[in-house]
Amino acid sequence: MKGVYDKTFWGLTIGLVAVLLLNLFLADWLRGIGLQSLSRGMVALGLLVLWRTGLVSFGHALFFGFGAYTAALLQRVGINDFFVLLLAGTASAGLLAYGLGFLLRRYRAIYFALLNMAFSMILWGVIAKLEVLGSTDGIGVRPPSYLGFAFEGETNQMILFAFTAIFTYLVALATHLYLRSTLGHLTMAVRENEIRVEYLGYSVERAIHLKYIISGLVAGFGGVVMAFAVGHVDPDSMAYWPVSGDFVFITILSGSGNVAAPIIGAVVYEMIRSYAFEYFPHVWQLIMGGSLLLIIMFLPDGLWSLLERTRRKKSVG
Amino acid sequence: MTFGKITAVAAGLAVILAGATAVSAQTVKMAVPSFLTGAAAPAFGIPAQRGAELIIRGINNGELPAPYDIKGLAGRQIEAIFYDESGGGTKQVTEMRNKVQKEGIDVLAGYISSGTCSAVARVAEELKLLTILTVCGTPRVFEELVPNPKYVFRTMNHGTGNNVSAAHYVTKKLGAKVKGMVGINQNYAWGQDSWRDFHLAMAVLSPKVKVASKQQFPKLFSGQYGAEISSLLRAKQNLVHSSFWGGDLEAFIGQASARGLFKKKMFVFTVGETVAYRLGKKFPQGLMIGTRGPYGMYAVDNKNPLNVWFQREYRKAYKEQPSQPGYQYAQGILGVKYAYDNAAKANGGNFPSKDQVIKALEGATFPSIAGEVKMGLSHGHQGLTPDMWGVSVWDKKRGETVVKDVITFPASCIMPPDGVKSIDWLKGGMKGAKC
Repeated sequence: MKGVYDKTFWGLTIGLVAVLLLNLFLADWLRGIGLQSLSRGMVALGLLVLWRTGLVSFGHALFFGFGAYTAALLQRVGINDFFVLLLAGTASAGLLAYGLGFLLRRYRAIYFALLNMAFSMILWGVIAKLEVLGSTDGIGVRPPSYLGFAFEGETNQMILFAFTAIFTYLVALATHLYLRSTLGHLTMAVRENEIRVEYLGYSVERAIHLKYIISGLVAGFGGVVMAFAVGHVDPDSMAYWPVSGDFVFITILSGSGNVAAPIIGAVVYEMIRSYAFEYFPHVWQLIMGGSLLLIIMFLPDGLWSLLERTRRKKSVG
Repeated sequence: MTFGKITAVAAGLAVILAGATAVSAQTVKMAVPSFLTGAAAPAFGIPAQRGAELIIRGINNGELPAPYDIKGLAGRQIEAIFYDESGGGTKQVTEMRNKVQKEGIDVLAGYISSGTCSAVARVAEELKLLTILTVCGTPRVFEELVPNPKYVFRTMNHGTGNNVSAAHYVTKKLGAKVKGMVGINQNYAWGQDSWRDFHLAMAVLSPKVKVASKQQFPKLFSGQYGAEISSLLRAKQNLVHSSFWGGDLEAFIGQASARGLFKKKMFVFTVGETVAYRLGKKFPQGLMIGTRGPYGMYAVDNKNPLNVWFQREYRKAYKEQPSQPGYQYAQGILGVKYAYDNAAKANGGNFPSKDQVIKALEGATFPSIAGEVKMGLSHGHQGLTPDMWGVSVWDKKRGETVVKDVITFPASCIMPPDGVKSIDWLKGGMKGAKC
């Protein structure tokens, strides 16, 4: 087994340093897009963990929304520290995933995908119907404080972006290490042949359950980041089914080659969306769908396969 | 290597795009969001955009009658950017940031959904963006989210006013004929708020009217109301309140007409006018319909020169009748024009600064298409207008639905006094109302 310091480690580290430096002189709107990309990229990372096992979830907005609302509601009762809220939001989504995992680990394929969607729509329905939770109008989220220090406006966005980047880096690295571990390698084996995995002495259901918890945790993390990045949570942009669709979109766009892929994919996704929205206000959805179609047709393994292809060419040449 | 490349490309992009934000100084860039796609587009978003487009054309070409007959905003042409409001609050916050930080807009006028307004209000203050909320109705914007606004304005009554005036109309017009009431509203913030305001106002004005023990809250965009209609047909109550709009309202009217519900019950549709023109002759007669002010159908015979121009040009340009969203968007943009022109006057004829424009709009009373708007509440940031209610009737000669038995309620009668929260005002018996 290789050490921690492989190509991905260095890639992620260089990426983090670059992002932190870039943060200092980035145009404001790009920082906004960057923050949202990290947030959505994290959820896509969770989907990648599941996808490697051959599982697709059409309902990860459940954990995304759950994390976001946990942070927003805790802020209402007076807790305003970024680190506490991030931890609480992430942990609550993880707990929810732990609970639901007992049921969902028994399902595969379309049943798994749609059951997830069903649960996410339950969350959406509960929020939309309860006035205490802000109903469809949502709840406002104030800029958090960081260990007692509070910032306003663009400074806050900058600090938020820096901390989010650091945490994203740590989460991506941890996920990478997990995927490289024996348990992580089981992932592919489960996808190929569950019975053989059982004969090896591993419990497939437990392996899937663990993956489900990991994906729930990172999705909750993404949700908290989104709540702070935007300053508002509402069920339509946090828990409605097309939100889950966006995450699947990003996962397909990125490919499952590497933990960095979803983050890059999320940036590309945000850029496409932003420009499609600006230049084609009446048909921007068509542009999104069209680009997804093109990716599936010409890059079935996602954007990451582009990088791999150039690398392979180099080693051949 | 690859990461280095990506970083380099990203940095390059950042520089290029940051450079592209340079604003041309001779125009005023105005963003106008409304629903261009989805369920709210046909009845709300598109007519809203048309109203905005028309009034901007009028302002830029100097076509409008006095006092708006000078070209442009303080002499500068409006460069309008229309964009889609759909996709939820998060997306709209992102878009607002993009419009300010990337495209360098000077002012934003728009928003239909209360959800959008709740999401963007604080961000607009943070971005220091002069923002005119044109339609969205939730009173929470200034009562909770931004209690001390500087950059955000709303140029029409909030939702409470509409439901209070509906209660006044029912009380005045029907009086003892009302034998109990029941609500059917969509199960989301707008529907819940509308019913709450209406039944609280009715409790003050017609305390004898009994309220059904269970109200109906069907799912938003459900489109099928078979069970609800059956239950309404059987209900003892004879007055039904509904804040349905758009496709849901069209579906409900179609299904309820077929089963004769409108012959058996009296209906209050708080924003019913939005679909009346679209349904043509299929729109039932005898419904009480509102526009949250003196807009659309209530302005058809208004002789105000600005209104005559608006009615004529709208019908000419779009081959349809202007309904409330078009009026409301145009009204918001007129507020902007009023503020720029007057700020320029106060500035010795020079183009005004943002702060001067805000000062000119704060607490102002500006002439709008079908009457005046007084920026009277929430430190001069919340608009006040009279509200009109009437009953739908088909006019054979014109070939369109009109309203009869119209009663106008002044803003002082239907909106809470300054500094009092809507919900507290309603629960406290609407003290201080001058009718």
